[in-house]
Amino acid sequence: MTDWLGPAEWQAVVLSLRVSLWATLFSLPFGILVAYALARWSFPGKQIVNGLVHLPLILPPVVTGYLLLLAFGTRGPIGAILAEWGIVFAFRWSGAALAAAIMAFPLMVRAIRLSIEAVDPKLEQAAATLGASPAWVFVTVTLPMALPGIVAGTILAFAKAMGEFGATITFVSNIPGETRTIPSAIYAFLQVPGGEGAAMRLVIVAVGVAMAALVLSELFARRVAARVGGH
Amino acid sequence: MLEVSIKHRFAGFGLDAQFCAPVGVTVLFGRSGSGKTTIINAVAGLLSPDQGRIAAGDWVLLDTTTGRNLRSHRRRIGYIFQEGRLFPHLSVRQNLAYGAWFAPKTAPREDMGRIVDLLGLGALLERRPGALSGGEKQRVAIGRALLSAPKLILADEPLAALDEARKAEILPYLERLRDEVHIPILYVSHAASEVARLATTVIAIEAGRVVAQGPAEQVLGDPTILPAGAREAGALITARVVRHHDDGLSELEANGIALFLPQLAHAPGTSLRLRIAAHDVILSRGRPEGLSALNIMPGIVQDIRAGEGPGALVAIDTAAGRVLARVTRRSAMTLGLAPGVGVHAIVKSVSVAPADVGWAARSAAS
Repeated sequence: MTDWLGPAEWQAVVLSLRVSLWATLFSLPFGILVAYALARWSFPGKQIVNGLVHLPLILPPVVTGYLLLLAFGTRGPIGAILAEWGIVFAFRWSGAALAAAIMAFPLMVRAIRLSIEAVDPKLEQAAATLGASPAWVFVTVTLPMALPGIVAGTILAFAKAMGEFGATITFVSNIPGETRTIPSAIYAFLQVPGGEGAAMRLVIVAVGVAMAALVLSELFARRVAARVGGH
Repeated sequence: MLEVSIKHRFAGFGLDAQFCAPVGVTVLFGRSGSGKTTIINAVAGLLSPDQGRIAAGDWVLLDTTTGRNLRSHRRRIGYIFQEGRLFPHLSVRQNLAYGAWFAPKTAPREDMGRIVDLLGLGALLERRPGALSGGEKQRVAIGRALLSAPKLILADEPLAALDEARKAEILPYLERLRDEVHIPILYVSHAASEVARLATTVIAIEAGRVVAQGPAEQVLGDPTILPAGAREAGALITARVVRHHDDGLSELEANGIALFLPQLAHAPGTSLRLRIAAHDVILSRGRPEGLSALNIMPGIVQDIRAGEGPGALVAIDTAAGRVLARVTRRSAMTLGLAPGVGVHAIVKSVSVAPADVGWAARSAAS
């Protein structure tokens, strides 16, 4: 398989997988928390939180990327503080992961929120009367029953992270081996004469990964739904 | 002993209820919308009343004067919901074990095997709730509540969603529960036959207020208290099975008065409680002759309560106990019925529904 893909293409594929995996894993706990808060809590500013979460879905990706650069750049307000702790996002693969996570976050939260809203609060009440504290109710009832939506949201977020381009290239540029993910690599290959072959191979990989993610999510969701449905 | 005293205002509805629930089944009896479910949700901690105190002995669940209001999961209650509310993602076994896992390690707890036997759940343990019938679900829900080591059991019309056959399947389990579990059971119902079968104590609720409370025989035998309406009126009689006859009748004896009912499954010697529906009782001044009805109980009229329509409810004290009869006001006048007048209360054997016959509660029988 390494023969089929050139080293530069292979590098882009591996980097993309790494960036998307970290982006998804790190945003998942926050995604569940935000989805739960939006589904079950009422608090002042709920609509503002909802709007902020969904903003990357509507804003031009370049704008999101530029805002990230302003905030997380080495001289940005957050970036400067993090830099003192040795954490740098700008022009690093971790920055690509951050950009991908933020762009994928609305899709993740949306899917999880819907599945949490579908969990009958009467079941959570029943768990409470049986002695389960709110945290245990969440872990033993809400979470397992919302699992199909959580899985779907995670896979959707992963696929979105794999395809993220605009925010990534604006925030962390297009550095081979560091921030050149599959979409950035395709873009780069198409800029040089004779790069069409490499671009086409990466396109095939991208389509393959996306299809695999969809099939996997469908299979898993069905399995979990059958389990939760009790048949 | 559970003591409840709560006041709560909703838009257009006020609840103001005080009552005590001793060990045994205390039925909150009243029409839909009278506030019964609100009361047990307050006991469960699912609703915080504006004012009130709820305590079981020195175990204070709620006291608005001191600001104490235990969260649901700290109240140690077993709540049997109308719709079961089993966890669909867990097996029957896991559902049953759920509450036990959260109970304090020192709490006196029921043995899983005993409860599984009591409720006949042995064959269902590895199934999921989705694969259970309505009656099976309710039995699991009862077991789940019992196994959480509760200090108090709450049941909100647990049979209301079931058909008659499923009700008949579960009622005996609830009767056993009443006689074998020594904690207060607070049971919400609007069905007179469930009250007759299960209640040791009845709290009659009308429009958010307690209109009567006391032993089941006393409250159901009072013609002035009709929480479920005059159609549902009916007094309770305790009788002992004497023998089963070949012609399909069972003979019972209530304090010297012989009663004949369609064949019962209970062994001779068993003490039973019968609900005699008021609309099934015929009254006669003289001892009737040449009548097909087999059950004739002489007694004295204690009270007559005229209803809104053409009917009147007559309370008669017989040797067998208090009997209520629903007759027309015209008949009451023609017969010259008045307190102190002697009458015979007549009941057709076949009119006593099997659903209205149950084991007498041990406390009532002894």
